[in-house]
Amino acid sequence: MNIGEIAVLVQGKILTDGINKNLEVVGAFAGDLMSDVLATIKPEAVLITGLNNPQVIRTALIADVRMVIIARGKQPSIEMVELANSEGMPMISSPLGLFELSARLAENDIVSFEQEFDLSKYD
Amino acid sequence: MSNQGALSDSSAERITRVEELAYELTIAEVMTKNPVTLTINMSMRDALDLIGKYKISGAPVAKDGKLIGILSTEDLIRSLRDGRIDRKVTEYMTHKVITVREHDQVVEALKMFAKTKVGRLPVVDENNKLIGILTKGDISNGVLTALQRDLEAEELIRYRASHLFEDIVSDRTSLILRYTIKKDDFLHGGAASNRIKKALLRLGASNQTARKCGIAVYEAEMNLIIHTNNGGFLRVEVEEGKIIMEAYDDGPGIPDINKAMTPGWSTATSEVRNKGFGAGMGLVNINNCVDEMIIKSSTESGTNLFMIMYLDKHPNGNEHGSKNHH
Repeated sequence: MNIGEIAVLVQGKILTDGINKNLEVVGAFAGDLMSDVLATIKPEAVLITGLNNPQVIRTALIADVRMVIIARGKQPSIEMVELANSEGMPMISSPLGLFELSARLAENDIVSFEQEFDLSKYD
Repeated sequence: MSNQGALSDSSAERITRVEELAYELTIAEVMTKNPVTLTINMSMRDALDLIGKYKISGAPVAKDGKLIGILSTEDLIRSLRDGRIDRKVTEYMTHKVITVREHDQVVEALKMFAKTKVGRLPVVDENNKLIGILTKGDISNGVLTALQRDLEAEELIRYRASHLFEDIVSDRTSLILRYTIKKDDFLHGGAASNRIKKALLRLGASNQTARKCGIAVYEAEMNLIIHTNNGGFLRVEVEEGKIIMEAYDDGPGIPDINKAMTPGWSTATSEVRNKGFGAGMGLVNINNCVDEMIIKSSTESGTNLFMIMYLDKHPNGNEHGSKNHH
């Protein structure tokens, strides 16, 4: 699916300017704690999150995320939208929650871009 | 990954850049200078010869260098149909000419082309002196040339940066980046790490190396914001073969490093967790990303965290290096 199709699927509002709606995405990841995201997200994922602050964009940039979906209809601050725009990170806001968002994407063949965390090292 | 029919990141970037260029480039930069010009005493036959010779589809008409009209192929056809090929061009030309100014942005010309459906726009200065002619083809060529220039400039910057360590010879050449991180500055949290990641990419690091280093310094940066008394510093030293990242602060120190290294263990307050931090994965993530991690911490002098990433030719020949914390 591409970014434009995902926006429609999740009833999302596109918050950033000049995004390339044709950009294809293959996998997604959901999480609210940014270190959890960094621990196990694979590159080029859609990041679904309930967190709504500029760290989402900075985390997304560090983790080579393709697009950010802000869940539960939260409206990002102007600073956050400006940061996303200046860094070219597509961002949409969806009224749906994390589970519903993940389920809808999964039904449409978006796969999990989550790596299994290797706990064996910490026994 | 299926990318059929989709634009790649880089081509999407180019499209936005084309739009930008329409605003950045001036008409003078893309127009054809010294265009083939007809003069008032020329006949339609002269015009036909010139237009045929230069394989163009029209030409401006000037008197003493000033634009007074424009002649198109349609005008030539009309004169041929009328059997009046020997009449002056001034009889058949369009007198009221739509023009653009040399200092205007290219976007103004694009709007004019869209609005009027003309094939060419004479370019004039403030005294209506003809200085050039502009077609859609001129705009395409100008934009392509500018894109090529951009690309070469970026390649040059990247080339120069990535050859830093080859071009500058010393016993030990390194580049040091330093950032001051303020306590509780959540608004800018992660900004320094993103700058570090970009710098590493520019210095020629692979995407994977830049991402891993980015994650490690991001976690270190957030630790300075969340857990210190007075904030701290990030220091990144890039040299041939390795990247040494360091985060240091003056307290309060980590009382039990083994506990801090346990996935999910965190001392963060619920307020910090509400901001999306305190997952208890910070040091764990760092340890998973870098080749070597060393923590020195005491309740007297604070914490020093060293993170080392070895680049391609790692002296131990060990891809992951040794992981230890003291």
